[in-house]
Amino acid sequence: MDLTSLTIDAARSAVAERKTTALALAEAHYARIQKEDGQIGAFLTLSKERALEQADRMDRMAAEGKPLPPLGGVPVGIKDVMSTRGVRTTAGSKILEHYIPPYDCTAVARMEAAGAVMLGKMNCDEFAMGSSNENSAYHPVRNPRDLGRVPGGSSGGSAAAVAADMAVVTLGSDTGGSIRQPASFCGVVGLMPTYGRVSRYGLIAFASSLDHIGPLAKTVKDAAIVLRTIAGRDPMDSTSAEVPVPDYVAGLDKSVRGLKLGMAKEYFGEGLDDEVRQAVESAIDEFKGLGCEIVPVSLPHTPYAIPTYYLIATAEASANLARYDGVRYSHRARGVKTLSEMYRRSRDEGFGAEVKRRIMLGTYALSAGYYDAYYLKAQKVRTLLTRDFDQAFRKVDAIVTPTSPTAAFRLGEKLNDPLAMYLADIYTVTADLAGIPGISIPCGETKEKLPIGLQILGRHFDEATILRIAHAYEQAG
Amino acid sequence: MKVTDKDVAYVAELANLELTPEERAGMLRDLNSILDYVDRLNELDTSDVPPMAQVSDHYGVDESKQGSERFAYASREDLLEGLRKSLPHEAALANAPDADEDFFRVPKVIER
Repeated sequence: MDLTSLTIDAARSAVAERKTTALALAEAHYARIQKEDGQIGAFLTLSKERALEQADRMDRMAAEGKPLPPLGGVPVGIKDVMSTRGVRTTAGSKILEHYIPPYDCTAVARMEAAGAVMLGKMNCDEFAMGSSNENSAYHPVRNPRDLGRVPGGSSGGSAAAVAADMAVVTLGSDTGGSIRQPASFCGVVGLMPTYGRVSRYGLIAFASSLDHIGPLAKTVKDAAIVLRTIAGRDPMDSTSAEVPVPDYVAGLDKSVRGLKLGMAKEYFGEGLDDEVRQAVESAIDEFKGLGCEIVPVSLPHTPYAIPTYYLIATAEASANLARYDGVRYSHRARGVKTLSEMYRRSRDEGFGAEVKRRIMLGTYALSAGYYDAYYLKAQKVRTLLTRDFDQAFRKVDAIVTPTSPTAAFRLGEKLNDPLAMYLADIYTVTADLAGIPGISIPCGETKEKLPIGLQILGRHFDEATILRIAHAYEQAG
Repeated sequence: MKVTDKDVAYVAELANLELTPEERAGMLRDLNSILDYVDRLNELDTSDVPPMAQVSDHYGVDESKQGSERFAYASREDLLEGLRKSLPHEAALANAPDADEDFFRVPKVIER
């Protein structure tokens, strides 16, 4: 049995049936990390002690014949924007280089309570700001499918680790596409749940009204198992919704016949790579074969999504990142004489270029005289973008689009042009702004063997339907 | 150009960032290029559109209620006991760049 190519159920039952041990599974993954991650760079910190303790706990349960929890013994990775008690959490930033959280993120705690074995913390763009993982203050991540290319971002480490069999599943976070776009670039499944579906407690805040936690996985079913584990109301996050969590796994095999899938021309326009277009169109043909009805829908405000996103996300970031003041837990510059000098120099040394750029843009958009023209204007357009989806979802059950306009680009290709980098998120930011769920699944390859992603967007709190559609496509393929 | 070098310096001060002259020049270029792009929002008439600050005021809430009443599910009665304990001093101070046993230490704030 190849211990590093298992799905969640296969790994868990192998441990439960004593065909292997959770300890052996964890060790096999660490061995693979040792071998592969030198060139990929997906991990920032390994939490071996914690992993082996948890693995031992699972092995003892299995030995006593007790039923294992849904993720019992399954090796996982956690994006380094989620706080982990006693395990360094950097958010990919130098400003938190030595930060050791005193508490666990709710999503991580729920994963571990369900038996998951946390191998370590995944590399990402600094404070999740980026679309290529090149903004990590530590090192970039390379795409396991082509080491000259980026894995996408900001959850680049989370996507690459799953693609390279260094973890069974990982958690990522999505503010403008940061789960779905890297999933698409690395050829894995990435799910962004509805806003409010998963608690953000312990997630290092980037833009609070847009941040989502979700899984990156090898299969749709694995994504469904993880969502079932982490979803649901948490008293520690007042925006986590009081909405019942269905059994996503049990609903996966329900037929998709008769479902209406929307196709919006705004997602197939200028800038879309031909090979990506062809792959997505042939996926849409397959859905017809599965008995789905394809219905044209219009999302007319889509061209305004990127400017709206970059005003709202940066405004919220400028407020959220004010907390890094060098007093309580972040980097402090040496040799400073006054408090104000300490703030400025600590932040200047601790933050990277993209983070500073976004703090500056957000501060500008919120400053006196510009608030109405930029921030308030963007909030109004956010309403229009949300209404687009509300109207479309009166006609259809889900909307299918490309995840990203191109396959993975080369390292360095967009690094000096922030705007070009922002446009990599053009098909994903709308769902974050509207708060609806979205999933990216592999739908073929380019001639250069680079993965292409298909995105399925759903109604608020209707992850069940998009998972079911994604599962049907995956099984048919 | 929308943003001038003076604006960059002012915004950096508001944001508590100390930018080098090179960083300021780069910021000037990038902010102007991004703000030019953002300008396309003005093609839309939003005079009758309400702003949207967050998603969650539509979900899991009691639609018949107004204001904070809508979020009643997220509140609870005041408790005297049974609350989650605050972090012990030692844990709260563990990540501080400079602290004594009880307090964070910072450079002098008030000059005498």
